[in-house]
Amino acid sequence: MAKSKSAYSDPGKKGKLDTHIIVVWVDNEAGVLARVVGLFSGRGYNIESLAVAEVDPKRGISRITIVTTGTPQVIEQIKLQLGKLVPVHKVADFMRGDKKIIFKEMALLKLVGNTSKRNKALKVCKKFNPVVLDKTQKSVVLQITALRREIDTVMGDLKKFGLVSVSRTGAVAMTRGSEIFK
Amino acid sequence: MSKLYTGAEIVFKCMEDQKVEFIFGYPGGAVLPIYDELKNHDSIKHILARHEQGAGHAAEGYARSCGKPGVVLVTSGPGATNVVTALTDAYMDSIPLVCISGQVPTHLIGTDAFQECDTTGITRPCTKHNWLVKDVKDLAKTIHKAFEVATTGRPGPVLVDIPKDIQFQKAKYTNFKKQKKLNGKSNNRFSQKDIDKLIEMMSKAKQPIFYTGGGVINSGPTASEQLRDLVSITGFPITSTLQGLGSFPGDDNQFLGMLGMHGTYEANNAMHDCDLMINIGARFDDRITGKIDEFSPKSKKVHIDIDPSSINKNVKVDLPIVGDVSEVISLLIKTIKKHKPNFLKSNKENISKWWEQIGKWRSVNSLNFINSDKTIKPQFAIQRLYELTKNKDTFITTEVGQHQMWAAQHYKFDKPNRWMTSGGLGTMGYGLPAAVGVQIAHPDKLVVDIAGEASVLMTMQEMSTAVQYNLPIKIFILNNEYMGMVRQWQELLHEKNYSESYTAALPDFVKLAEAYGCVGIRAKTPNELDQKIQEMIDVKKPVIFDCLVDKEENCFPMIPSGKPHNQMLLGPNDQKENKITGKGKTLV
Repeated sequence: MAKSKSAYSDPGKKGKLDTHIIVVWVDNEAGVLARVVGLFSGRGYNIESLAVAEVDPKRGISRITIVTTGTPQVIEQIKLQLGKLVPVHKVADFMRGDKKIIFKEMALLKLVGNTSKRNKALKVCKKFNPVVLDKTQKSVVLQITALRREIDTVMGDLKKFGLVSVSRTGAVAMTRGSEIFK
Repeated sequence: MSKLYTGAEIVFKCMEDQKVEFIFGYPGGAVLPIYDELKNHDSIKHILARHEQGAGHAAEGYARSCGKPGVVLVTSGPGATNVVTALTDAYMDSIPLVCISGQVPTHLIGTDAFQECDTTGITRPCTKHNWLVKDVKDLAKTIHKAFEVATTGRPGPVLVDIPKDIQFQKAKYTNFKKQKKLNGKSNNRFSQKDIDKLIEMMSKAKQPIFYTGGGVINSGPTASEQLRDLVSITGFPITSTLQGLGSFPGDDNQFLGMLGMHGTYEANNAMHDCDLMINIGARFDDRITGKIDEFSPKSKKVHIDIDPSSINKNVKVDLPIVGDVSEVISLLIKTIKKHKPNFLKSNKENISKWWEQIGKWRSVNSLNFINSDKTIKPQFAIQRLYELTKNKDTFITTEVGQHQMWAAQHYKFDKPNRWMTSGGLGTMGYGLPAAVGVQIAHPDKLVVDIAGEASVLMTMQEMSTAVQYNLPIKIFILNNEYMGMVRQWQELLHEKNYSESYTAALPDFVKLAEAYGCVGIRAKTPNELDQKIQEMIDVKKPVIFDCLVDKEENCFPMIPSGKPHNQMLLGPNDQKENKITGKGKTLV
């Protein structure tokens, strides 16, 4: 090994990365998103997607859903660091693929082309609850809800049917059954 | 109808309710209403710094030496940006600070107004929390919350940004009630079961060690007393981090000295070879652990910390105990005394071999250095300073660098809150303003800043503060004309290419002292050192002591970069004997 010239130690072995969905309940106050996002960027954590909106207007609580990747140790740190932020009420986390959790992303897809192309496009999207939001002679705007990778696939498939623009949300999550996040 | 108060009045009412005695600050346009109000509040004294960073460090020194939160008052824009270093320093070393900053009037926020900056944006990553107060009705609640956040759980800095128009507007002031429940952010989550498990591990251990840190000091003076109890009833060896010095007597036989990069041979080897490591209020910092993969490979690790995010952050532990150090230790002692009253006796044999081994490491005498009768060795200077001040309940602050490590190695503390040093952030220029703050809190005590000539020049302007308030701080400069630690690394790692680490054109510190209106003393030879130090102690004025030391002395022992604890590099004495060649050289 090359002689180190640094006053810091070399990086150790890299652990295996997992994808986790982290749900955070926060006070909906000025700067709260910047605090959460700044914590991620400042400590070098990933954000794959982010969804945030107020869910309890009466108490002023927003729910932030963050998809992130990291070693188990990093995920643990993310949870604990989030928990320390003053406006954070609670933090829940689960692995992507957890059967007890539903999570969905929404995408708006604009397709430009003739009727036959558009119909074929609709067929491709069929599994993902397509809703036609806008229609003209030459174009259509579709809304679909699906998993991230499913939307990735659909986007690839739709290229040849005139997909010109995509807008996607981050994932949102909900537990199955009568249980709620603790 | 209850009386209406201006925002500025509310700021002071809050501080009175919080029993604030001193504010460290610097006025400016956006805080003038608050400064205008100062005259009406006799119980609060304002200390005028010469730079906002100085105000921040002074507040840190105050907080660390007396356990109360430090309060800083600065103006908008440059006032706020100047205090960022001090806030970050306090954040890294868990020091409670409440910083109040002025802001441009609310209608000008976002317009790039004169002396405007995004203060809450800039300070968000270096505070526990911060607030921009946009409604005067929220002001009192926010300031009280700020004190609560700064002082509870793991302490740290907070900032309240108050636009100038809010300082003029009026609102009611509702009296402050101390809350019992702290939004779930205060953490005492341990149970008797955790303690029982710890005791079981302790009674099985053959090579145990206590590794204690700043958390013991932050937990209050009782925690240090309890720690002494705990160490004496277990008979275990104890080592401390830089920040933990003073929580256990430095001259006690069970104390192995400081651990880490410049820690003692016995402390580091004991950490490496132990079978049970009990971390109390320390955070497995990288200056402590060295190479993580090879850090204390054989030990079970217990971590007692108030901050749950400290657990498993750097090092995975076997038994985490989240709670306030004092409460954990007190339950631990109670349980030991109840269930194992003979712990010490029954345990003695268990760990006798371990103490034998520690004795062997100790005999290496790793803090040894080759003294000289011609030039003052920096270690010798600190030893003499210690000998001449140890009976005085002295408070020591430091800057950052070699002098800081030598001070940590050779100055022995026997009480908590006597040692103020910038460990986490490593802020050069910390010690002088920190000494100002310490002297404010303890006007009759001896306060010495052990300094390097490079560091001290970064905040030298605060001598003027010391003179203004008759603070007889002693700035004890180990002057080697180099940024010593930089020079040492360059010598050891960069083929003696001393790139920019020599300070040409240093000021004459004796004349500088006189220019500030304080006393300058210079020591050039070892035989005049004692007399000069005594002279420094006896002067009832601030002193700049220019101690001319060996220019090329290195700080040993050290753990070279990327090495585990058991591969320490010892000082020149040892190197000569062992003739380090080949393999030894690559250690550096």
